[in-house]
Amino acid sequence: MKQKSLSRRLGAGMLLAGAWMMSAVANAAPPNAAMLANACAGCHGTGGGSAGPAMPSLAGQSKEAIVVAMKKFKSGERPSSIMGRLAKGYSDADFDTMGDFFSKQKLHPTQQTLDAARVAKGAALQEANCSRCHLEDGREGKDDTPAMASQWLPYMQMQMALYLSDKRKMPEKMAEKVKPLSVDDLEALLHFYASVK
Amino acid sequence: MTTDRRSFLRLMGVGGVGASLAACGTQPAGYGSASSAGATAQTLAKGKGRRVVVVGGGYGGTIAAKYIRMLDKTIEVVLIEPNRQFVSCPFSNLYIGGLLPDLSTLTIGYEKLAANHGITMVHDTVTAVDAAKKTVTVSSGTIDYDRLVLSPGVDFRAEELEGYDLASTPLVMPHAWKAGAQTMLLRKQLVEMPDGGTVVITVPLAPFRCPPGPYERASMIAMYLKQHKPKSKLIMLDANPDIVSKAGLFRKGWKKHYDGMIQYRGAQKVTAVNAKNRSVFIEGMEEVKGDVVNVIPPQRAGNIARTAGLIGPDKSWCPIDGTTFESTIQKSIHVIGDACVAGAMPKSGYSANSEAKVCATNIVALMNGKETTEMSGINTCYSYLSAKEAVSVAGVYAVKEGKIIAVPNSGGVSPDLSEVEAVYASSWLRNILTEMST
Repeated sequence: MKQKSLSRRLGAGMLLAGAWMMSAVANAAPPNAAMLANACAGCHGTGGGSAGPAMPSLAGQSKEAIVVAMKKFKSGERPSSIMGRLAKGYSDADFDTMGDFFSKQKLHPTQQTLDAARVAKGAALQEANCSRCHLEDGREGKDDTPAMASQWLPYMQMQMALYLSDKRKMPEKMAEKVKPLSVDDLEALLHFYASVK
Repeated sequence: MTTDRRSFLRLMGVGGVGASLAACGTQPAGYGSASSAGATAQTLAKGKGRRVVVVGGGYGGTIAAKYIRMLDKTIEVVLIEPNRQFVSCPFSNLYIGGLLPDLSTLTIGYEKLAANHGITMVHDTVTAVDAAKKTVTVSSGTIDYDRLVLSPGVDFRAEELEGYDLASTPLVMPHAWKAGAQTMLLRKQLVEMPDGGTVVITVPLAPFRCPPGPYERASMIAMYLKQHKPKSKLIMLDANPDIVSKAGLFRKGWKKHYDGMIQYRGAQKVTAVNAKNRSVFIEGMEEVKGDVVNVIPPQRAGNIARTAGLIGPDKSWCPIDGTTFESTIQKSIHVIGDACVAGAMPKSGYSANSEAKVCATNIVALMNGKETTEMSGINTCYSYLSAKEAVSVAGVYAVKEGKIIAVPNSGGVSPDLSEVEAVYASSWLRNILTEMST
């Protein structure tokens, strides 16, 4: 008896549901910037401010930096574990939309334990070697150069390792500057960027 | 929200539903009565303001509550969750295997989330939903809603396991499929098991919460046994014909790290248990005994979804509209996370997070008479195979004719076991738990 009345109730409910659902589906707009970007936030933090040291903050990155990174993940030009698989789920127009969203978020200040001597050394190295593309102490970037300020040190170290092993290709101008630098110098640079608020 | 409000809420405790809501500074007129009724309030009237009630403070519910408030501060959000703390199922297998000393890194509270976003926490259990009157019943009274979000996770179909008692069996044969005391019990049993013992893991027919979870668990337990109890063995009885998720990678990892230790048996459906003997019966016939028996029972949507009459024709899960996550059975009730049928999206923590945001976005649109937005979702899920190596599965999802589909030619599993994925996995946990708790 119970079973019967339950199924009758379900049936009636679903018939009713059918009618109002159709209209909801028909009226839905295509995914907008927040809809696309919110899905990234489980790994990159609300609004793109990462709390996980291996995942970069996306908040405050330029639109160009995001778009270029996503295109390179999608093509495989930039090595990744999971990002390539995810990037293949989106169009170039989606990348534009996401990039727009993250570029409008405030830079995310991270709390990291950094070496003060390295930060100081890195500051001088940045000024002399990197400041033509990594603008404003890494708060901004020329063209598609990513913002480095306050970025997670472990993330930057992992990317630098990919650069040094030629798995990720450095832009020509970056390669020229990086080659003469020692591993210690590079480490100091990353400490500096991580320290910028 | 201010510290004042927080300390006030703490002062009022669980019983003060009416009073704690009255202490929330943002609600519109009409709260006077609730306030004067104080801690003995029987009914929490909604007044003229708009309110969403979210039931379940896990991977889905916390995010739905947070994003609704982020999108529209004029909508009041009440989050109802019986527990004061949430313990994550993802990563709990690492504790079982001994990679984590305790559950502290998997545990979050609700205070910061509630304070940061002005969410009203009610630590209570919902016992009934009245879809016509738009109220939910908790121990201290009823709470009105305009829209209801259920994120109740799973409960067990114990009736499909002869001899399984929901209250007593898990104390002997832990499921450890809801993290916390059960996780600790399974770990304790493993530690107390003598070398040379047998561990049995039983896996129900899919769909169930966390498709790769049982196999990650087998990996973590095998890792522990290999190191501490090398004469022991692990028998996995899987009701499914084969490993449900990341099959090739698990097989590869087991061969690489635990060769000969894991006896995997597919298409072995457990239909009965005997807690006294610590044994299970395959199709009511073959009895398999173990020293530690981890019975993961067949699952369905959390009980409250059944009580609310939201279960679909499959008799286990809640059918929803792929754009709004509104139940196709009851209007104004949305179901997210493990409990709902989200098309191609797996029953995972990240799916619940992603679904919650889609649901929040469209609830706010519907409540403001605005156009809804098509869903775009992601799943990412990591599994550990050894102390240092992990694998992942990822997916991107969209809606097509009301159904959630995986975007063609995207997503998929890792090419191989890797240490870098284990590094990303731990950042995954940090980020997703931070998103839920702040």
